[in-house]
Amino acid sequence: MVEVPRMDGLSSGRIRSKVISVEEAVALVEPGSTVMVGGFGLVGSPLTILDALLTSENATDLTTISNNVGEPGKGLGRLLLGGRIRRAIGSYFTSNPDVMERHRSGELVTSLVPQGTLAEAIRAGGAGLGGFYTKTGVGTDLAEGREVREIDGESYLFEKPLRADIALIRARKADTLGNLTYYKTARNFNPDMATAADIVVAEVDEIVEAGALDPEHVVTPHPYVDYVVQAEIRLGKGDEPLLDRAGGG
Amino acid sequence: MSEVTHDIARRVAQHLGPGDMINLGIGLPTLVADYVPEGVKVFLHTENGMVGAGPTPEPEKVDPELINAGKLPVTEDVGAAYFSSSESFAMIRGGHVSVAVLGVLQVDQLGRIANWAIPGKPILGVGGAMDLLVGAKTVIVATTHLTRKGEPKIVEECSFPLTGARPADLIVTEHATFSVDQDGLVLEEVAPDSTYDWVRSHTHTPFRNSAALEVV
Repeated sequence: MVEVPRMDGLSSGRIRSKVISVEEAVALVEPGSTVMVGGFGLVGSPLTILDALLTSENATDLTTISNNVGEPGKGLGRLLLGGRIRRAIGSYFTSNPDVMERHRSGELVTSLVPQGTLAEAIRAGGAGLGGFYTKTGVGTDLAEGREVREIDGESYLFEKPLRADIALIRARKADTLGNLTYYKTARNFNPDMATAADIVVAEVDEIVEAGALDPEHVVTPHPYVDYVVQAEIRLGKGDEPLLDRAGGG
Repeated sequence: MSEVTHDIARRVAQHLGPGDMINLGIGLPTLVADYVPEGVKVFLHTENGMVGAGPTPEPEKVDPELINAGKLPVTEDVGAAYFSSSESFAMIRGGHVSVAVLGVLQVDQLGRIANWAIPGKPILGVGGAMDLLVGAKTVIVATTHLTRKGEPKIVEECSFPLTGARPADLIVTEHATFSVDQDGLVLEEVAPDSTYDWVRSHTHTPFRNSAALEVV
């Protein structure tokens, strides 16, 4: 068990670094934790931390909030094969046949949410809102048993916010304070998830000193971020996500 | 993909206007990008967080972290921009996407579509389909007229679960183009190499003829 120092932000007038090791990050995940995981497939997913979670005895019985469950045997998909995930909340599981299989056998409980509703529920969770009304899903099977409200003559579905015990996100650069910038379409759910968990850990390609990032370029401001971890795994050319014939994200 | 699907994509692309922000669904709709008429500049929105997605890169120029919603590699078109998932779907639901081109399993007599789930199979994926349907200013269905088994896709009532209550605005197949008004489908055009009789017998729901339609 790795001891993780709690951050006191400013100690004796000095700014403390939020940088921790992968092992320290992994120790923050507890049995039964609800974990938000950034990414669209593997793109923008914290692959270093996810792989390390497999070595942790505590990362069990997890509920994941993530668009997909990674790809087969990769990212969150590895944790699924390791039997670590009990429930998955997301918008598109079809691209991972392991999810289908475990859903069928009853090992995995899935909750399907339209992608925009998933993103907005996370945003609402991070913004202190009690939920929101959306036209998405009205009149469909996903609306069964849910509150529908007429607003100005149109039907909307009520959606509750989503929060997690811990968010594991992926960014391009962090400064030691935790300000984050992103890279291309690896941004996706990460800025939203950075706002909606009790503990937020950002895995990044590059860590720079506080003050080195142009404040105009910061996408996730540092108060959202509790810890920063140096990435060891970056998507290489061999890991290009392949066309998913059944449909995309 | 087959010549027929390219033909459908070409027919859909005629309905795009300069400056439109377009979201193309997976599969057939993706091909529409290749047939945007010359002189018409459109901006491709992809719901994983980008507007200004450009053409497929050469293999050696693939950036694994630059993909579209079909998880295929793309490039940056001039003026491209990135944003978060919540902002991407705010754009969609907020009516900022001019046109969504969607593939379908079925379309019903009112133009409502089914494109996300198959009965009897576990429902494990919806993605952005429902958000695009309710949010895009104009929804164009791009589909073959028949399934691979030769069954009509345009039917009185969908046997597959509906994607939403909002009807499509336009339905484009290799044989015909239908518009949709509050009473249902209106045949706007019969493709040059098809016939009115073929369309009538392979469309399994009543439709009206547009005043502009010349039935030969």
